[in-house]
Amino acid sequence: MHPSGIVEQVRRSIVIAKKDIMIYYIKGPVIIFGLLIPLFLFMAFSVGSRFASLPFLISGLLAMTLFFTATAVSPVIFPWEAQARTLERLAAAPITVPALIFGDILASFVFGVGITLAPVGIALALGLTISHPALLLLGILIGAICFSSLGTLLSVPPTSSPPNIMMLSSLIKFPLIFISGIFVPIESLPAWGRLVAVFSPLTYFTDIARYSLGEVHAFPLVVDIIALAFFALLFTAAAMMLHARTLPKRI
Amino acid sequence: MITGQIAIDVREVTKRFDDIVAVDQISLDVRRGEIFGFLGPNGAGKTTTVRMLTGIIRPDEGSVHVMGHDIVKNPVPAKQQMGVVPETANAYLDLSGRQNMLLAADLYGVPRARAEERIRETLAELGLLGRQDHRVQGYSKGMQQRLILGMALLHEPPILFLDEPTSGLDVQSTHLIIAMLQRLNEAGTTIFLTTHNMDEANRLCHRVGIIRCGRIAAVDTPEQLKQTVERIAVVLVRFDRRVDIRALSALPGVADVAEVNGRCRIAVEDIDTAIQSIVSHARAQGTRILSLDTPTPSLDEVFLSITAGDD
Repeated sequence: MHPSGIVEQVRRSIVIAKKDIMIYYIKGPVIIFGLLIPLFLFMAFSVGSRFASLPFLISGLLAMTLFFTATAVSPVIFPWEAQARTLERLAAAPITVPALIFGDILASFVFGVGITLAPVGIALALGLTISHPALLLLGILIGAICFSSLGTLLSVPPTSSPPNIMMLSSLIKFPLIFISGIFVPIESLPAWGRLVAVFSPLTYFTDIARYSLGEVHAFPLVVDIIALAFFALLFTAAAMMLHARTLPKRI
Repeated sequence: MITGQIAIDVREVTKRFDDIVAVDQISLDVRRGEIFGFLGPNGAGKTTTVRMLTGIIRPDEGSVHVMGHDIVKNPVPAKQQMGVVPETANAYLDLSGRQNMLLAADLYGVPRARAEERIRETLAELGLLGRQDHRVQGYSKGMQQRLILGMALLHEPPILFLDEPTSGLDVQSTHLIIAMLQRLNEAGTTIFLTTHNMDEANRLCHRVGIIRCGRIAAVDTPEQLKQTVERIAVVLVRFDRRVDIRALSALPGVADVAEVNGRCRIAVEDIDTAIQSIVSHARAQGTRILSLDTPTPSLDEVFLSITAGDD
């Protein structure tokens, strides 16, 4: 099989994803950022908002879990690899930069989807009915790709220092939580808030989760799916293109 | 084993980092089956050149072909043909030696059954089979470097690039790696070796290239390079008794004489005239010549001569 053929490159992306999962994902930080932080935020919010309905709270927990899990590790893989001096071997291997990035996104996707099953389980355990499970699953899958590619995009600056990327990543991730309808429904936001929310991909996943749990939603579902898919494609393409430029600067 | 075909073809390659020209219009060929040594002082552009040849960074100008594949236009087929041991690369410390080898095999598309066989063979040859399931974190530097060499060899590449492979290693690891490189070359592998170790280059390499300030200063066999060093030849002579230094200095072809450790170090302008006149003089004086050496310059001297003035 030709090594630069698409099938062979996808196969090598899967190798990268397996490597990422073995080395970076089965570790404490993922559990902390992916599961515990959303859980603590959820608990703090549910205590402070006694009048919010359970489906509203759980849909917020779902959105936060998927978002934090899919963006927990993907931003720091490149700086980690550069710092540990393992990146040069990957750069010399017969794998294209887009395939390398796709592998990183794939690992993040698998972990994001896997851990998001936990709040789905919590919802069922609390007696909630998932009115539209297929739609929720579709939303989780597209959302996982979207947030994983966003995480990979955040690691574009060619630094070898993971803390620098973590700081940049937090600066972008936390504000998104507050403008995406997780704590305050979109329809209750001021006009400027509603305008900003349109530019956050998290808004559309939260909307899908809310609808799937039988809550009021802000946008037509078609818009949610198309917007989420658009952001996923945009972030993936940008990550692949920009990493191809900055990877040599890390070595 | 040299077959004469070109394995690596480098044409007028230039690389700049902002205002600094790291590599300036270099051209060279490496023949199939050859061990090519690439020498140069620190900062001369060796590692930048290797990184361009292995497709890790792109040249700003010029072209590089590896086994006929353009490294910029067709990087994947070109990289598939090579094994790379970068200067500063590490294996994954959290994985075992065997897991690192499997990762390399998968990245190069080696079928699983063949990979298992190659991992066993290569780890045994590198003396790592007994530690294959241990995490690399516990390996010594020499063991890690042997593992990286093993990872580069798994897919049986026709070309091997090594950037300072024995730098800072213990004697055992150095010998093991050198012996393995010799065996691989005898089996037909082309080797591009960057090294600071002149003895290693002298013993291993069919040809060496010397880079200085980003430009190729010389490319030839070690023997030919030694002959290009311009210097007055030296003859070392030991007589059976003290000789008159002034009388020796006045002989035809002799430039200067000094006594060093009981031997006369005679700098000569013309080696044939000088030796004949020294022998005639000794015979006329009834003095026996116990030894007469005409030492050739070492590769170190060649290197120092070519790179004189650099750091």
